[in-house]
Amino acid sequence: MPILEIRDLSLRFGGVTALAGLSMEVCHGELLALIGPNGAGKTSVLNCVSGLYRAQKGTIDLKGRDGASHALHRLAPHRIAALGVARTFQNIELFKHMTVLENLMLGRHVHMRGGVLSGGFYVGRQRRAEIEHRRAVEEIIDFMNLEPLRSAEVGNLAYGNQRLVEMGRALALDPLILLLDEPTAGMNAEEKESMARFILDVQEERGVTVVVIDHDIDVIMDISDRVVVLDFGRKIAEGAPDEVRNDPAVIDAYLGHAREERAAVGAGT
Amino acid sequence: MDIFLQLTVSGLSTGMIYALAAAGFVVIYKASDVINFAQGDLLLLGTYLVFFAVAQTGLPWSLGVLVTVLLAVAVALAIERLVLRPLIGEPIISMIMVTIGLSSILRAAVNAIWGPAPRSFESFLPAGDVALGPVVLSSGRLLSIPIALVVLAALWLFFRHTRDGIAMRAIADDQQAALSMGISIPRVFGIAWGLAAASAAIGGIMLAGIVGVSPNVTSIGLRVFPVVILGGLDSIRGAVIGGAIIGLLEVYTGGYVGHGLSLVVPYVVLVLVLMVRPYGLFGKEIIERV
Repeated sequence: MPILEIRDLSLRFGGVTALAGLSMEVCHGELLALIGPNGAGKTSVLNCVSGLYRAQKGTIDLKGRDGASHALHRLAPHRIAALGVARTFQNIELFKHMTVLENLMLGRHVHMRGGVLSGGFYVGRQRRAEIEHRRAVEEIIDFMNLEPLRSAEVGNLAYGNQRLVEMGRALALDPLILLLDEPTAGMNAEEKESMARFILDVQEERGVTVVVIDHDIDVIMDISDRVVVLDFGRKIAEGAPDEVRNDPAVIDAYLGHAREERAAVGAGT
Repeated sequence: MDIFLQLTVSGLSTGMIYALAAAGFVVIYKASDVINFAQGDLLLLGTYLVFFAVAQTGLPWSLGVLVTVLLAVAVALAIERLVLRPLIGEPIISMIMVTIGLSSILRAAVNAIWGPAPRSFESFLPAGDVALGPVVLSSGRLLSIPIALVVLAALWLFFRHTRDGIAMRAIADDQQAALSMGISIPRVFGIAWGLAAASAAIGGIMLAGIVGVSPNVTSIGLRVFPVVILGGLDSIRGAVIGGAIIGLLEVYTGGYVGHGLSLVVPYVVLVLVLMVRPYGLFGKEIIERV
């Protein structure tokens, strides 16, 4: 049963086509890998889903916690986050001047109430909510072994740790679906392995649906339930990791063989 | 000694008005990285709005102050909605240039509505003097200091503890990340402009009582820049302490050296701070790692 349904999504920047009528689904509870050569449109898909890009054509529907279907392609990014779509970024986007704890607390933003004035008034209720958010955040700190770093300013952390904090912050949203954009980029073998384990834990223990983009094929093949392969903004293959690995279209896309052929066909029509 | 005390009270009260205007500047800068060149003109607007509400409309003071603040917030929200929101996502520099335009427009609008002649009216700040032994202090000025401090403390608490205040810091730090955390940028920018206008309007109300209502307030509004450069562009605390220092320096120079020099002193400080400590007393030191 799909939790996220993308239909005929097209995204262009001037003359460049990033997505060309892409359709794909993400099933409830699965760990889906999105792979493809550079420029295939993987990050564009995540940006459309989280509302940072607006596609010119096509629909994105999320089955929310309430069981209703929400048209994400019409919603502002902050509403999409509030529906339970959390993400990380390819070039880590953290609040660098804040501590690890503050970054994670900001992940709770969507669950906090209170306007400009009421924040000052309902002290009792506010306090109780605050304690609850603290507990949620502490649990993530435990889960991701961030304890020694909790009061460090994020800008000063090592790269691998920043990736962990970013993922922890996304988890603090208590997401329905988690979008990870190259979570293991720039990591060494050991860090990659522990990140892969976190991703699996998130899916299995927390029951979060995960979509992950990564260039490390070994990691992808290890952890994912299903793989979707993109090239030139289209889906060229999908299936279990083993099937996709041996799919000729995928091999062509990665080796660049099919490109010339397609160009020739394009010129002919 | 009594002159020194008088100058100190006068300097601090002026400084707190600077601080109110500067705090508004800081709020906008913190939320959006936009340097608001129209902040001084919001102060100007505040003085005329209170003149309108109290002297022209005849409202009682308590109500007049409330109406002034509400009108100022309404103007700021309109500016945010109509002029700045369409620019969200554009380079920061275009927003900054727009605030320069806004500054002229606000000044022209005030001039068009109320004319260039100075106006005067009875202030709500008590007109009398308070005698402390041999020292005679203006009670109006004396009273303006705690009022300003209460408003500034409220702003500071807002940033530290409320959901929207923290969201504001987050947006300033990383807009994309803030969006993906479910923070609404239009909402936060709106709140920032509303608060900036409210704080400037309260400064304007006190200014109207102390120095009167006239287009010259614009030149007082310009003091926002030395104050925020000294205190740090992104620090409310910096605005308070920077305001106090600039206010005192100005008044001491005027009292002991000469009036002409006192007009220049704030800008001398501005240049010196930029040379020695460009991020100000409490500003964030930005380290770029390459």
